[in-house]
Amino acid sequence: MSDARSKIDEIVKNNDIVLFMKGTSLFPQCGFSSRAVAILERLGAQYETVDVLQDAEIRQGIKEYSDWPTIPQLYVKGEFVGGSDIMMEMFESGELKQLVGAEA
Amino acid sequence: MPMAASEIERLIKASIPDAEVMIRDLAGDGDHYAARVVSRSFEGMSRIRQHQAVYSALGGRVGGELHALQLETAVPTEMTSE
Repeated sequence: MSDARSKIDEIVKNNDIVLFMKGTSLFPQCGFSSRAVAILERLGAQYETVDVLQDAEIRQGIKEYSDWPTIPQLYVKGEFVGGSDIMMEMFESGELKQLVGAEA
Repeated sequence: MPMAASEIERLIKASIPDAEVMIRDLAGDGDHYAARVVSRSFEGMSRIRQHQAVYSALGGRVGGELHALQLETAVPTEMTSE
């Protein structure tokens, strides 16, 4: 396992809800990341974020980790959930609330 | 590097032949698109797999050459109501 991969693996396994994004939840640096944060905030989820702009290895590595070409990426309980489009669909259908809100 | 909507549609249909593809140019700059792709081949696939099939049809351009593609995938409605 490469360094980036094991680092990502550790982050994903140690945080129930983690969003890999561009920027921070207060200052998202991309419209898609901003939308992902807005959805999690709306659900009142307790989540961690990782700013991929601060780490080139993670920025590239996360795309390989999930075989997913874009950022943001949401992981819940170690599982890749999707990017901002899937988050929006699941938000609208109520699935995301169930997934992230169950423990709140 | 902008990409024409017709090229996006062509690439998707080349690997998902029955796909119905609807594309909107969100910003008019040839770089921010929204696409809705409907195909029978998505039946039984998770949303992640459906999106991955479209990304794979676009051969690595999403996230690179094609910066922003809002994506929505679905199976034809006559199948989901069965």
